[in-house]
Amino acid sequence: MNQTTDILVARGLRKSFGELEVLKGIDFSLRQGELVFVIGPSGSGKSTMLRCFNRLEEPTEGSVTIDGVNLMAPGVDINSMRRQIGMVFQQFNLYPHLSVSRNITLALRKVLKRSASQAEETAREMLEMVGLEEKADAYPGELSGGQQQRVAIARAVALEPKVMLFDEPTSALDPELVGSVLQVMRKLRDSGMTMVVVSHEMRFAREAAGRIVFMSDGEIIEEGTPDQIFENPSHRRTREFVAEISR
Amino acid sequence: MNRWDLFIETFFRPDLIEKYWPDIAGGVVVTVQVAVLVVLTGIALGLLLAMIRSYSLRGVNLVLVVFVDVMRSLPPLVLILLFYFGLPSVGILLPSFAVLWLVLSLVLAAFAEEIFWAGILSIRKGQWEAARSTGLSFSQTLTFVIVPQAVRMTVAPLTNRTIAITKNTALGTVIGVSEILNQATTAQSFSGSATPLMMGGIAYIVLFIPIVIAGRWIETRFAWRRA
Repeated sequence: MNQTTDILVARGLRKSFGELEVLKGIDFSLRQGELVFVIGPSGSGKSTMLRCFNRLEEPTEGSVTIDGVNLMAPGVDINSMRRQIGMVFQQFNLYPHLSVSRNITLALRKVLKRSASQAEETAREMLEMVGLEEKADAYPGELSGGQQQRVAIARAVALEPKVMLFDEPTSALDPELVGSVLQVMRKLRDSGMTMVVVSHEMRFAREAAGRIVFMSDGEIIEEGTPDQIFENPSHRRTREFVAEISR
Repeated sequence: MNRWDLFIETFFRPDLIEKYWPDIAGGVVVTVQVAVLVVLTGIALGLLLAMIRSYSLRGVNLVLVVFVDVMRSLPPLVLILLFYFGLPSVGILLPSFAVLWLVLSLVLAAFAEEIFWAGILSIRKGQWEAARSTGLSFSQTLTFVIVPQAVRMTVAPLTNRTIAITKNTALGTVIGVSEILNQATTAQSFSGSATPLMMGGIAYIVLFIPIVIAGRWIETRFAWRRA
């Protein structure tokens, strides 16, 4: 594997919550422009792995390197690194006291030190990208779940991250709202964004993912193209999981 | 004299009302001054303490919690007397107005800290995570994301507590602050009538009813539709 094009590399990642070992030594790498889907039974450590990638969760052991910078190195500016790693959450987590536009401009102004007018301009572009330019002055509570999630994506993408992490972005949505969020994610992929997606949207995984990673019990069991994983899994646990979800 | 006349004679003698209303009005001015100062410094200090507590510095938080619990458990009158009669002995001479302001500010700060702290704790973890994931520092997240939401949630309990504590400005009378109650009791002892006390009572109502209403208005104003 060509090291220079790997934007995210995790080596020997372990995470324990007390006695419980949730990640048991993860090796993972992500190439520029790749969309990787992480699937697996609940409790397999998918979300924990994702949250270790921007140190929202502190790994017990191992390293995470983003574009050559080790996040675990002492003295690393974690805030500046996190800015380059966008994250989208299951529960959207928009700031309810701020308008849609201010949700997007907050970090632009406080982290990137953009001027108010520059930040607003960026917010407008981002809202246009997710098809919500008319909602700039609305408050999150006035939006549907799907709209909120699209704003959350806009908020993360506005910071021009090198990687986007999606933690079950559609799990909290009503089925009819899932499509609009997936459409935005498809658009992002087509624009060349590097993405790691933890999700149960298998149809989207087949269609959009370049690679599928199957996790179980805190380990990566198998990875490959959607065809390999869904049609011809080599590992028993992968076969069982794929059979289970395609019922 | 029938009972009604006796009642009027005791509580609403027109000549005494005319004579003492400037004194009571002067008392209102002083009460308003103390109350406004107490609310400003007490709430500001309470918010500052709650924010400091968020940093989870063990030693600092121990001192902070002890201060808050002591201030909340002592009757304000005890503190006022302690500060007014005790501090001069250690060389700190504060005018009675300053003692009243200081003590009530500290008491309000203690209660406000607990209310703000509860508000900060009630904000979902996802808000912290979302903000930190965009690169905002702990302090920036606290200031721009957590505290504004916490403050909105605490308006109702905070208004109640603020009213309760600003009413304690009446305690200033025991150390000679010329606020409403002090003016009223002085006038009462000169006139031998309860009329000035009634005037004081009415002054408190006129003063605090708008604050109660304002509190209610702020509550609706600060509410936002929940996500």
